[in-house]
Amino acid sequence: MGRQERGTNMADVNRGDRPLSPHLQVYRLPLVAKISIMTRITGVALGAPALLIVWWFVAGAYSPEYFAVADGLLSSLLGKIVLIAGLWALWFHFANGIRHFFFDVGRGFELPTVAMTNWLVIGASVVLTVLTLLLV
Amino acid sequence: MSYKTDYNRVAGLGRAGEGVHHFWVQRVTSIALVPLTILFLIPFGRALGGGYEALVATYSSFGNALTAALFLGVAAWHFAIGMQVVIEDYFQGGTRLVLLVLNKLVSFALGAAGVFAIATILFSA
Repeated sequence: MGRQERGTNMADVNRGDRPLSPHLQVYRLPLVAKISIMTRITGVALGAPALLIVWWFVAGAYSPEYFAVADGLLSSLLGKIVLIAGLWALWFHFANGIRHFFFDVGRGFELPTVAMTNWLVIGASVVLTVLTLLLV
Repeated sequence: MSYKTDYNRVAGLGRAGEGVHHFWVQRVTSIALVPLTILFLIPFGRALGGGYEALVATYSSFGNALTAALFLGVAAWHFAIGMQVVIEDYFQGGTRLVLLVLNKLVSFALGAAGVFAIATILFSA
């Protein structure tokens, strides 16, 4: 193999005109990236309501008296705040998860589409939360 | 200078026999969770706060018990491999190892507890 042209060799000493990757401390993340991070955060956070819901079922299998404690706590004001926050986290994770199915097969990467689906995910998470609260 | 072939130098390194297995399971469980989430939330939300009678009335129905058990079981699996990725991204060495083991134990214990509790409610009703 002959000598590569200047600028195409990784070991070339001329680094002045090479592109830099985004500097994370000054780079303003685009909305799609923030939503992606929120999907991870909501996924981890959903462990908390999941724990409460499993406890609710286990209490129900254990005894009616113990279930009254769990059911009372989960339907108290504090329990409702945690579960409604969890419900929104669930629908957010759900909505962006569906968008990621499209990303997985290489669809929806055009910038106008991404800009539109960003707000579709955020809107759907709120609408689905309200809809669920109205249905139950 | 080794006389090994190129193949032999790399065999067993890298993907460790797992390849894209977790990536794939994450997506298969996601697809399963789309209908299961909806089928779980409605009866659960209606039974919540209704006392023991509402619990038994809801989960003595085979369909409600089955979808709730499937939802909690598949969600636990999805959570376990999702948390594994998160742990692998932010922790190293011994801490990572301990967290990875705890993650699997807690996730699958939660899933199993949910499934067995629902089965107990169904069969004792």
